[in-house]
Amino acid sequence: MSDDHDHHDGNDDHELRVSKIRDGTVIDHVHGGQALNVLAILGIDGTEGEEVSVGMNVPSDRLARKDIVKVEGRELSQDEVDVLSLIAPDATINIVRDYDVVEKHRVERPDIVEGVLSCPNAGCITTGDEPVTSRFSVLEDGVRCSYCGTIVRDEIASLIDT
Amino acid sequence: MRHDHLITSKQLSRGDIETVLDYAAEIDADPSAVADRHADTLLGLLFFEPSTRTKMSFETAMKRLGGDVVDMGSVDSSSVKKGETLADTVRVIEGYTDGLVLRHPKQGAATMASEFVDVPLVNAGDGAGHHPTQTMLDLYTIRENAGLDDLTIGIMGDLKYGRTVHSLAYALTNFDAQQHFISPESLQLPREVVYDLHQQQDGTGIKEHDSLEGVLPSLDVLYVTRIQRERFPDENEYQKVAGEYQIDAETLAAASDELTVMHPLPRVDEIAPEIDETHHAAYFEQAHNGVPVRMALLDLLLSDDTRIGGDSNE
Repeated sequence: MSDDHDHHDGNDDHELRVSKIRDGTVIDHVHGGQALNVLAILGIDGTEGEEVSVGMNVPSDRLARKDIVKVEGRELSQDEVDVLSLIAPDATINIVRDYDVVEKHRVERPDIVEGVLSCPNAGCITTGDEPVTSRFSVLEDGVRCSYCGTIVRDEIASLIDT
Repeated sequence: MRHDHLITSKQLSRGDIETVLDYAAEIDADPSAVADRHADTLLGLLFFEPSTRTKMSFETAMKRLGGDVVDMGSVDSSSVKKGETLADTVRVIEGYTDGLVLRHPKQGAATMASEFVDVPLVNAGDGAGHHPTQTMLDLYTIRENAGLDDLTIGIMGDLKYGRTVHSLAYALTNFDAQQHFISPESLQLPREVVYDLHQQQDGTGIKEHDSLEGVLPSLDVLYVTRIQRERFPDENEYQKVAGEYQIDAETLAAASDELTVMHPLPRVDEIAPEIDETHHAAYFEQAHNGVPVRMALLDLLLSDDTRIGGDSNE
């Protein structure tokens, strides 16, 4: 099982495009094209020296094309990854220690996301210079700004506060 | 538990609304009974947008309760001009006062401000968002004239940007009210508001129209709002649209004799002056009701009164 996190879509090793990690987190089954948004949501931009591997549009059994993100040396908590459900609802999270997957779980939709998205309503108080952290409640089919009430259903990724 | 702040009419239950309206009626009948209720109370008025009625009626209400107000004045003459944030402004003024009344051009301003202060904060309008105290005086006026249950109301004009409309619509879902929303397509209710109304009610009480004609005969109350020129890219389009949502004596010929006409004021030409003297007109009475209703609300909020149930912070 040492390389489970590379094989669960049945890909052969010669298709393996993203190197294995020793310790850290593998975020798998991300919808094709969303990997960079996953990193943006997690606040990982490489400036802190994180070792990150990204595979984009990799063939997948479950999703026609998937992205995969591997973060070396960092185990992401459930709270940290749940926000990913907004853009990658099918993502699976694998926690890897010494090349073994020791935990595997799905992302769950949180009730509230804070400080991750910015409100698209130019008339919202959170878009000014106020010392306020953005807050959205998560609806069945979108998110809603807790301050101005604006609902966003499509292109939530475009709201990611980078 | 009690409400610490009054931010939106969505936070108010039917019981809360009835408590305020009953108390307002008591005060209206005998204002002298509460004349000294708040002799040492200072209310801070922070109006970041122009206001006549709302600001003056809050000031009147506080003074009629025996208290006084301190007024930030216009934005141009305040430290806001120097770039101070709203969060800082409210934290400073709360130290001077026992309660705050806030009007601000940004939606969600009152929600945010309430997170920074401990004194009760009342939303007196936040952009296109909410205006719950206007709603309370609207409900008071509707109750006096037509009753709040078994009510058929038409709400007409700028439903997109009209915060008084949004607040009133939410509050009316607590009652057995059929709400007809009449507007040009470009000024329909925001989808967020429609979503909420359907969440709060099953949607059967909500209908949208582009013309008053078909629905007018069935109405107990017609609530008219101003269509603002600046909402339209060109003058011709404004003139064309606005003209369709104005009422005069001829319009009302098709209405029930019992129809009550309301307007949050100021009006421009949505309601012809000839209606003022008819028994339909309730808009000046509505404006006057702002004082007893705001007296009731201020007294309940400033007295730590437990009669308004629920907690806005939950």
